[in-house]
Amino acid sequence: MVTRLKRSPWLLLAPSIVFMLVLFGWPLVQGLVVSASGDAWGRLFGDTYFLQALRNTLLLIVIVVPVQLVLAVAMALLVQARPRLLSGHFYLWTIPLAVSELAAGLVWLSVFDNRGYLNSFLVWLGLSEDGVQWLNYTNTGTMLLAVVVAEVWRATSLVFVIVVAGIQMVPRDYDEAAQVFGASFWQRLWHVTLPQLKPSLQVALILRTILALQAFAVAQALTGRNFPLLVGEAYQWYVNLQNPPVASAAALVVLAISLITAVLYLRTMRQQGAQR
Amino acid sequence: MTTTLPEIDRRPLRRRQWRRAGVQVACIVITLFMALPIVLIGLTAVSSSAAFAEFPRPFIPSGFSGETLTSFIEATGTIPALGNSLLVGVYTVVLSLLVGAPAGYALARYAFRGKDTYQVFMLLARALPIVVLSVPLATMFLDAGVYDTVFAVTLLHTTLAMPTTVLISASVFVSVPTDLEEAARVFGCGRFEAARRVVFPLAAPGLAAASIFTFVLSWNEIFGAAVITLGHRTLPAQVLASLGEAPQAYRFAGGFALILPALVFILVMRRYLVNMWGTTLR
Repeated sequence: MVTRLKRSPWLLLAPSIVFMLVLFGWPLVQGLVVSASGDAWGRLFGDTYFLQALRNTLLLIVIVVPVQLVLAVAMALLVQARPRLLSGHFYLWTIPLAVSELAAGLVWLSVFDNRGYLNSFLVWLGLSEDGVQWLNYTNTGTMLLAVVVAEVWRATSLVFVIVVAGIQMVPRDYDEAAQVFGASFWQRLWHVTLPQLKPSLQVALILRTILALQAFAVAQALTGRNFPLLVGEAYQWYVNLQNPPVASAAALVVLAISLITAVLYLRTMRQQGAQR
Repeated sequence: MTTTLPEIDRRPLRRRQWRRAGVQVACIVITLFMALPIVLIGLTAVSSSAAFAEFPRPFIPSGFSGETLTSFIEATGTIPALGNSLLVGVYTVVLSLLVGAPAGYALARYAFRGKDTYQVFMLLARALPIVVLSVPLATMFLDAGVYDTVFAVTLLHTTLAMPTTVLISASVFVSVPTDLEEAARVFGCGRFEAARRVVFPLAAPGLAAASIFTFVLSWNEIFGAAVITLGHRTLPAQVLASLGEAPQAYRFAGGFALILPALVFILVMRRYLVNMWGTTLR
């Protein structure tokens, strides 16, 4: 018995399983229990900020994720073209990978601030008297624009790295064959490169969607609570309004939406595994 | 009468040149988009306060001074928060390796029933935003009496890092040839001894690379750290908490200070980026 246990992989797996059960499983149950007590769900759904936050979060995902995919594929193709100073470009393009959400928000605050660089530039060009109030709470459109730009800046690198890794696994023969038979650049991109990149793109799409659902510090740094997002609401209810049940409920909404996306993710991974 | 040679068709060549030029321009445009904001916040952070108040603000500030950065560093809580961030990062790396690497080894070396279930569970945990569970977790930590401690943040960050640590270390151990381990056992090493003397040294570089990613994850994590701490904040949580009442200059100095480590991380990790974040982590 002792020798069997010694050889069993479960002995090696046990610490990680216990760890995840205690710090992932148990809080999940706790969250469900806590949010079910009292009128947490009612208060959450009744709050005007919540519906705005839900709308903003979904809007952000719908805009940011496709922009990032297109931009990342374009960047990966540029890398494939082997431009001059490639390693320098590559370094600068991947820096945002290690930049935190909060820092990204603050970086773009220096641009979009009322007295920031963008307004200075506009005034300097003579296009505007004293700039546009990009982050004013009445201008939902420009606030969305600022958050979108900051998110695109921060998280395109992740998609870029995934796509570059995918492109490296695609044999170049197909592309060259298509070239020999006279296919144009767009034909090759559409009929040869993109279909082979599909697995990477699917994974990037789903991972980015889940990460974008968690966005909060970017909007917090740029606009405070003027542009509410779902996770930001959980933060507000917990830290500023000191109401853990409602905060838990908000967190569970994020978790539920992510779970649906994650199931899609797992199914894609399975299919890819089956293909290999 | 002279015979003229047919004119050379230079169009394909010219098209090629145009394309190369286009690629260069596109690269420069994207690089500007990626790098310019960092330059701008850097310039803001080293402006003197007179230059900071100017509007429209010139691209090169009219006066340089370190006062913004020094006042950020001297602000209450910055230095302790920096210390907490470093501690949490290092503890998270150590704890996630201690708990996660054995599991990775088991995945790489054993075939057993339930392996698929375990892997699916880890993939799912990797995809889910575990960090939103910090809210109920905070209540648990309060009950356990560890709320607002470096230890609590470490536990949270280790949970976040666990799925990726397990999956990466599994792929690292797979790449260590089984032959070497078997040779060690032939020469009389026990399983544990063989793992310690042969497998671990060979896996160390890969595990070290994975550790740096864990550290970056912990360094940048903000929601959980902001929720489960009050007095013992990490640096991002400290900056976030001060946003409300802080002057503009503090924000820019804080943002710049948070970015500096990223420049170094990526410089050091360039070689591993595509393999780690591109392939293994997806």
